[in-house]
Amino acid sequence: MKTKTKGWGDPLVFAPVIMIVALLGPLIAGLAGVLLPAFGFFPSLGGDQFTFSYLQDVTHKPGFWQSVRLSIWIGVATTFLSLVIVVSSFASQWGRNSFRRITRFISPLMSVPHAAAAFGFAFLIAPSGWLMRLLSPWATGFSHPPDWLIINDPAGNALLIGLVLKEIPFLFLVGLSASSQINVDERLKVARSLGYGRVWSWFTVVFPALYKQMRLPVYAVIAFSSSVVDVALILGPNFPPMLPVQLLHWMNDPALEMRFVAAAGAVWQLGATLVALLIWRIGEALIAYIGRRAAINGQRHRNDRWFRVTATTAMSAVVVIFVLSLIVLTIWSIAGFWRFPNALPSSFTLSRWANNASALWVPIVNAISIAMTSTLISLVLTIACLENEYRHNIQFTPNAMRILYLPLIVPQIAFLFGVSVFLVRYGLDGSFWPVALAHTIFVLPYVFLSMAASFRSFDLRYLQVATSLGASQNKALLFVRLPMLMKPILLASALGVAISIAQYLPTLLIGAGRVPTITTEAVALAAGGDRRLIGIYAMVQTLLPAIGFVGATLLPRFLFPNRKFFR
Amino acid sequence: MSDTKTENALCLENVRLFHDGSKLLDLNVTIQPGEVVTVMGASGSGKSSLLNLISGFLPPSFSYTGRVVLDGLDITHADPADRKVGLMFQDPLLFPHLSVEENLLFGLPAKGDKTERCEKVRAALGAVNMAELGHRDPLTLSGGQQSRIALIRVLLSEPKALLLDEPFSALDSGLRDKVREFVFAQAKIKNLPTLLVTHDQLDADKSGGQIITL
Amino acid sequence: MLKTLAKNLAVISLASSAILAGTAYAEDVNPADWPSVVKAANGQEVYFNAWGGAPNINAYIAWVGERVKAEYGVTLNHVKLDDTANAVNRVLTEKAAGRHQGGSVDLIWINGENFASMKRQGLLIEQNWSEQLPNYKYADVAGKPTLTYDFTVPVDGQESPWGMAQLTFYYDSAWLETPPTSLEALAKWVEENPGRFTYASPPNFIGTTFLKQVLYGTIADQSLLRAPVVEADFDEVTAPLWAYLDRLKPNLWRSGEVYAADTTQLKNLLADGEIGIAMTFNPGEASSAINAQELPQTVRSFVLDYGSMGNSHFVTIPYNANAKAGAMVVANFMLSAQAQARKADENIWGDPTVLDVNSLPAEGKALFDALTRGPATLAADEFGATLLEPDASWAVRLEEEWAKRHVRSN
Repeated sequence: MKTKTKGWGDPLVFAPVIMIVALLGPLIAGLAGVLLPAFGFFPSLGGDQFTFSYLQDVTHKPGFWQSVRLSIWIGVATTFLSLVIVVSSFASQWGRNSFRRITRFISPLMSVPHAAAAFGFAFLIAPSGWLMRLLSPWATGFSHPPDWLIINDPAGNALLIGLVLKEIPFLFLVGLSASSQINVDERLKVARSLGYGRVWSWFTVVFPALYKQMRLPVYAVIAFSSSVVDVALILGPNFPPMLPVQLLHWMNDPALEMRFVAAAGAVWQLGATLVALLIWRIGEALIAYIGRRAAINGQRHRNDRWFRVTATTAMSAVVVIFVLSLIVLTIWSIAGFWRFPNALPSSFTLSRWANNASALWVPIVNAISIAMTSTLISLVLTIACLENEYRHNIQFTPNAMRILYLPLIVPQIAFLFGVSVFLVRYGLDGSFWPVALAHTIFVLPYVFLSMAASFRSFDLRYLQVATSLGASQNKALLFVRLPMLMKPILLASALGVAISIAQYLPTLLIGAGRVPTITTEAVALAAGGDRRLIGIYAMVQTLLPAIGFVGATLLPRFLFPNRKFFR
Repeated sequence: MSDTKTENALCLENVRLFHDGSKLLDLNVTIQPGEVVTVMGASGSGKSSLLNLISGFLPPSFSYTGRVVLDGLDITHADPADRKVGLMFQDPLLFPHLSVEENLLFGLPAKGDKTERCEKVRAALGAVNMAELGHRDPLTLSGGQQSRIALIRVLLSEPKALLLDEPFSALDSGLRDKVREFVFAQAKIKNLPTLLVTHDQLDADKSGGQIITL
Repeated sequence: MLKTLAKNLAVISLASSAILAGTAYAEDVNPADWPSVVKAANGQEVYFNAWGGAPNINAYIAWVGERVKAEYGVTLNHVKLDDTANAVNRVLTEKAAGRHQGGSVDLIWINGENFASMKRQGLLIEQNWSEQLPNYKYADVAGKPTLTYDFTVPVDGQESPWGMAQLTFYYDSAWLETPPTSLEALAKWVEENPGRFTYASPPNFIGTTFLKQVLYGTIADQSLLRAPVVEADFDEVTAPLWAYLDRLKPNLWRSGEVYAADTTQLKNLLADGEIGIAMTFNPGEASSAINAQELPQTVRSFVLDYGSMGNSHFVTIPYNANAKAGAMVVANFMLSAQAQARKADENIWGDPTVLDVNSLPAEGKALFDALTRGPATLAADEFGATLLEPDASWAVRLEEEWAKRHVRSN
C-alpha cells in the first residue's frame, strides 16, 4: 500500500496526538489534582495520609445531601424539559413556515452567554421584575412587589427554567444539524403514506435515528446543568445552593483544611453528574422499550392537532421570553430611577455607560484576547487534524470522536479546581496563557464538531486538480481548500469566540481573578444585583459574540465581493 | 522499448490494479504524443482508479504492480505535484473563490514576473477567443465555457500528459461535440499523450485512437 | 478587518509579555526610608483585592488608580472579590505551595476575622509598616479606638486604616413615618408588616454585623463579647439572639426562605418597595444612592437606641506580595486628605474618614469643610454610642450557628 506523501515527516501527523493531549492532559491532571487531596494525599498542603475521612466529613456539611439532590435533579430535569420542547417542536413544525421562523430566531439566541440570559430572565420574572411591572397595578392590584419567592427558590425552579431557556437553542441547533445527516423528509414520507399522523410519524421513524446523533450533546447538557455555577449563582437556591456553588464557596474558604473538603466535594460532584447520567440512561432504555411497542401496535395517531398547537406555543413562548429578557436588560442598562410598578423608568440615561466605559475596557480586551487566542489554537489544531485525515487517510474512530466530548461531559468544576491547584503550585495561575489554554479545552470540541462535516464533505477533486497543476499539498490547502471553506471556518470561529466569551469557571479558577473578563465581572455583580450595571455588563457580554457572528457572515462577502460562491 | 518510442510518451508497463486483493485490470500500453487512447468500461471496472494511479491519488485500499513511465521517467512513486500529469474531471472544478484569470494563474508555473505571467494568461485566453472572460466569476460562466477554461488551466501548467475523466458527460449533447473537438484539438497542438476514460461510445469514436475496453 | 485582527494579536502578545515581566520583583521594603519606597514603587503593578459589589466604590478605587499612576507611576489593578476570604485563601495557598515571594496579591481591603486569620497564620508583613506611612500621623488614633484594635485584635501596624463604618438603617419616609428604633419595636413592625424586612445572609459582612448587633441587644453580659467565645457557654448566651431571629423569621421577606446577598441588594429591594427598612455599614450610603438616582428623595436613616456596631476597615499587604513598595504607596495615598475627603463625599462614596480632620493642615481641612451632608445622612450627634466589635471568634461561631439553623439539611 502506498501513502500519498513520501515519508519526509509531515508534521501534520502529530496533530491528532497534540489534540488528544490538549484535551485529555488537563482533564487527567485536573482529576488527579482533585482525587489526591480528596483522599487526603497532598504533601505540599501537609496531607500525606491516605484517608476516606474527607469524603465522609463533607457529607456532614449543612445541606450537603440537599445540594447533591439538587444537582442531580437540575441536571436531569433541565435536559428532559429542553429536549421534550425541542423534539416536540421538530415533530410538529418540521418543514413548515413556522419552523423556519423559529430557526431564524433560535440561532442568534444560542450565542447569548448563559449569565446574560440568566440575568435577563431574573429581571423579567422577579416579583419586582418587568412582567410584574407591566401587569401592575391594573391587573394585579399590587403597588408594592408581592412577597413571592420566585428567584433563588429553594427547589431551584427558577434555575431550572432559566437553564431550559438557554439549553433549548443549543439542542435545537444540534437537532437541526443531526436532521441534515438523516433523511428526514424521506422517512416522514414513508410513514405518512402508510397513514400515520404527522407527529406520530416523526416520533416513530425520525426521532430514534435523530436521537442517536444527538446523544453526546444531550449528555453534555446533563453534565453541564448538573454542575453549572454561573447560572446557579444568579437564579439558583442559596440555602443550600447546588453542589457546584457550594464547592466554589469551599474552594474560596480561607481555612487550609477546606482545600481537602473542596476536593472531596468535587469527587461527590463527579458522582452526582454520573448519577444524573445513569438516571438518563435508564430513562433512555425505558422510553426505547415503550416507544418500540407503541410504534408497532398499528395505531395511526392522526388526531395530533392539540399536540402541535401545544408544542408550537411552548417553543414560541421560549423565544418570546428569551427576547423579552434581552430587552429588559437593555432597558435597565439605560434606566434612571424606576419606581415599582411603573412599566418603564421615569428617565433614561447613558451616563452609566459613560462612567463605566473605562472599567469595561480591560475585561472586554481580556475577553476578546482570550477568545481569539483559544479559537485560533483550536482552528489550527482542527484544520491540521482534518487535513491530516485527507493526507494520510487516518480518520478518527467513533471512540476517538468521543474524546472530544469528554471535556464537555466531565464537570468543569471537578477538574479545573485540580488544574488550578497544580498551577498555583508552580506559580502559573492568574496569567493570560493558562486561562487561554484552559478556554481552548472547551472551545476546541465545538470548533472541531462545527467544522468537521463541511471539511470532510469537501470535494477532494479540487485538491487533486490543484496538486496535478503542480501545487504542493500545503499550497493546495492554503489557497484552495481553506478559502473555499471560509464560511464554515468563520462560523466555527464565531462559535469558538462565543463559547470562550461565555466561560466563567475556567476564567475564574485558572485566572485567579487576575484576568477579569466581561463574564466574570458580570457574574461577580450577581449577588448585589445593581441592575443598571448588570444590564450594561450583560449587554456587552451578549454583543461581543453577536458581533463575531455578524462578522463571520459578512466577511466572505467583503473579501470576495463578486463571488457567487460566497453568497 | 526503444528511446525514440518513449520520448514524450506515457507508458503503462504491466500495470495490474487490485482492490482489496481482487484484480481490477491488467494493462500494458504506450500512448504516443498527440495520441488519444480511450479506456471504456462499466462503473466499478477500475477505469477511474487507473487515472488515480497515474496521477498519484490512489486510495490505500487499492494496490498495484507495474510501472508508470512518462517521458522516459518512472513516476510510479513520484509526488503528485511533480508528475506533470494534467487532470480533467467531469466537472470543470474551477476554484470558485478565484476569478477566471486567477484560476489560470494558479495553473501557470511560477516562472517570470507578475506582468509576464499575466500576459501569458491573457494570450492563452485570447488564443481561444475568451479574452473578455478574464475577470469573470467562474460560477457565472456557462458549462461549456467552464470546461474550456478548465482545459486551458491544465495546459498552462505545462503537463506532459493529459488524463480526461469523462470530461464531457456533464455537458448537453450540442455543447459536448464542440468542447470535445476543442479538447482533442488542443491536445494535438500541444502534442500530449492523452488518456480518456469514458462510457460514451461517441467520445471513443471521435478520439480517433486506440480503444481499450475493460 | 485584518487590521483589527492584527491589533488584537498585538494586544495578546503585549498582555503575555506583561505577564512575563511582572514576576521579577521581591525585595524588602523599608517604609521608614520613604523616598526609597516611592522610588521602588515607580513602575510597579499593584493587585488590589477588594470587594467589588458596589459600583460607586469600584469607581472610587479606579480614581485612586488614576491618581497613583499619575503621581507615583504605580499601576493599580482592582481584583474584584465577592468575599474577602478569597484573597486570604489565595495567599494561604501560595504559602502552602512555597511561593514566598512574587505572590499574586499585593494589597487587600480587610478587617475583622480575615485580618485576625491572616495575622494568626503569619500571612502578613511582620514589621510595623503602616504606622510609618507619612500620612499616618493624621489618623485619629486617639478618637477612634477601632484604628488600633480591629475586632479586639491589636493592629500592630500590620494594616493601614482606610475608612470607618457604623451600622445604619434607612427607610422610605413616604411609606414609613416613624421608624422602629428598639429591637422590640423592630420585631413588632416586622410582625405588622410581613414580608417587608430582611437582612443579608452571613457570612456577608452586613449579615454578620446584624447578628452581632442583635447579640449586643439581647445578651445579659456584654463584657463576654470582649473575650474569645467560651464554647461551653455559647448556646446559653446566644439563646436570646436565636429566639429573636426565630421570632422575626416567619414574617421576613420571602418568609426567610432566602435572604439578601449584601448591602447592594438590600438597597435595590428598598428601591423597589419590596422591603421597608434596609441596612448598611456606610452611614453615607443612602444619600449617595439618592444622588445616583437609585433611591427616592424621601429616604432617611436611623440607628437603634442602644448603640450601633462600628468598626474600621483597612488595607493590608501579604508577606509575599510582589509589589510591596507600590502597595505601601497606594496605602499611604489612601490616607491622604485628598483621598479621604473624596471618599467621604456622598456624591462619590460617602464613607467616613479615619483622619482627625482638625489635625490636618489648612488646605486638607478645607477639603472636608467643603463637604455637604445629604438628607439621608445622620448628623454626628444622632449616631449614638458605638458598639465595639466582639472578639473575632464570635463572628466565626455566629456564622456557623446561623448556617446550621438556616440551611436546610434534610
